Amino acid sequence: MEDIKAKVRAYIMDNFIMGGNAGQFKDADSFMAQHVIDSTGFLELVTFLEETYVFEVQDDEMVPENLDSLDNIDAYVRRKLVA
Amino acid sequence: MLLHQLFEQSARQMPDKVALVVESKRWSYAQIDRLATQLAAVLQQRGVQRGDRVATFLDNGVEAVVCLYAALKCGAVIMPVNPLTKKDKLAYLLNDSRASALIAHAPLRTEFEHALAHNGSVHTCLVVGGDATTWSDARCLPYPSDAAETAALIAPGSIDQDLAGIIYTSGSTGDPKGVMLTHLNMVSAARSISGYLGLQADDVIVCALPLAFDYGLYQVLMSFQVGATLVLERSFSFPVQVLETMMRERVTVFPGVPTMFSLLMNMKTLREYPLPALRKITNTAAALSEEHIRRLRGLFPQARLYSMYGLTECKRVTYLDPDQLDIRPTSVGRGMPNEEVWLVDEAGRRLPNGSTGELVIRGSNVMRGYWEKPEETAQRLKPGPIAGEMLLHSGDLFRTDAEGYLYFVARKDDIIKSRGEKVSPREVENVLYGMPGVLEAAVVGVPDDILGEAVKAFVTLKPDWQPRPSERDVIRYCLSKLESFMAPKQVVFVDDLPKTDTGKIKKTGLG
Repeated sequence: MEDIKAKVRAYIMDNFIMGGNAGQFKDADSFMAQHVIDSTGFLELVTFLEETYVFEVQDDEMVPENLDSLDNIDAYVRRKLVA
Repeated sequence: MLLHQLFEQSARQMPDKVALVVESKRWSYAQIDRLATQLAAVLQQRGVQRGDRVATFLDNGVEAVVCLYAALKCGAVIMPVNPLTKKDKLAYLLNDSRASALIAHAPLRTEFEHALAHNGSVHTCLVVGGDATTWSDARCLPYPSDAAETAALIAPGSIDQDLAGIIYTSGSTGDPKGVMLTHLNMVSAARSISGYLGLQADDVIVCALPLAFDYGLYQVLMSFQVGATLVLERSFSFPVQVLETMMRERVTVFPGVPTMFSLLMNMKTLREYPLPALRKITNTAAALSEEHIRRLRGLFPQARLYSMYGLTECKRVTYLDPDQLDIRPTSVGRGMPNEEVWLVDEAGRRLPNGSTGELVIRGSNVMRGYWEKPEETAQRLKPGPIAGEMLLHSGDLFRTDAEGYLYFVARKDDIIKSRGEKVSPREVENVLYGMPGVLEAAVVGVPDDILGEAVKAFVTLKPDWQPRPSERDVIRYCLSKLESFMAPKQVVFVDDLPKTDTGKIKKTGLG
């Protein structure tokens, strides 16, 4: 499967260079705690995931366990794609 | 009465009661009081004196609450800075206020290290989290742990005429202004608001608003004043998570802004989160549409909805009694307790009910002025009926109905309200003019379903500039300089911007 983390990281780097730490975030880092993405940014990230991977993010899937780090997104997208 | 004494009174009366919940952690009133007193003693030992400014640069969490009361206990002035603030602006705020101490979260180090490098006033920077050995600036010290030994706190001798807080707000000139609030100002506002909301000790208040925003800050102040429990959320990024917390903690009071309510109303599964304990919903910062009021009441029929209006300069101005919602849904109500409001014409003459004019506020909640900005202060604070007293001229136009209920008409300046936060077009334009390649810029607010208003920029580029920046390049540049809610959501490149006869950019028609 293609590298989900690399693709999402590139999207984040292109779109949310907000906090100074954004360039150094690790795959397990919380976007929120590290100030990589803020509340409006998460909405844009969800739209990006929906358009790129052609699935719908349900209300109850909009949680940090699915979206608040590259590791979490990778696992979430993989689950969605096999579902 | 001093602002922190409202809390200390509750701590004495109900030391074991849960004061604060963050995620699954709980702190009693006595624990918060002890942590705040310890930190106050640390600040005092580091040289913080009565009247000094203590800036906080923190995400919502226990430290943000403790720092607030610690600063007050040692006689200092609290200065909460939004953690979305970028380095240049943080440096401006620290320099403008000549802050003595800064308390910051480690993940924000890129911003605060830069700001400290351009600041000479801060002598102590306490860093929450992170590795203590890595700070390049010798002023940075680890935030003291609970177990740390501290000296006793020496009473600073504060009185209620002393400043309790300085809260920076965007102004139409582009330079943020520090709103100076005394203990009396803040105690008066907290008492009036908690009074009309009927907050009480058995309330559980959820706060997903940043504590650097006065609407969030007052959730702490009022919850602790009445001896309630505050459930502090880091943000509203994940509405489902907030709803789950609200269910688990049996939240009774939910303060929000229209953007938060829009996100909730867009959820298909909202009904899967019943909130039978919810008694009150409050809205301010921007008006809810009639349609949103109707839907919100339909979704939460168990709760009374309070439409309110305020400005940082006096905290809150008006509220609409929920019983009036069916009669005048678009009104923001009338003045709150212990406050008088009326409309004036251009000449400052008081207008009768049924008129349109600028809203004027008289009360103990009215600020002392803008920090070291006498001209801006004089535009807002004007002499009142009693010698020596000052009235606040809001700069907002309202109309009244026959019974004196107020309806917002327009702002007199061009400030944009996005996500409930004030955005100064000048501040955004100043950043755009600093971007390589940009020749001219004009920033306006455009309607947006979620944000209320979205920031839209019109930009002309220097003729031969290469490479031509993209819309995203401009947005990203702004995100590196401005709080995210201030960055344009849309950027339009144009060949020319419309001008007035005197060559000034004309914004009418842009949108």
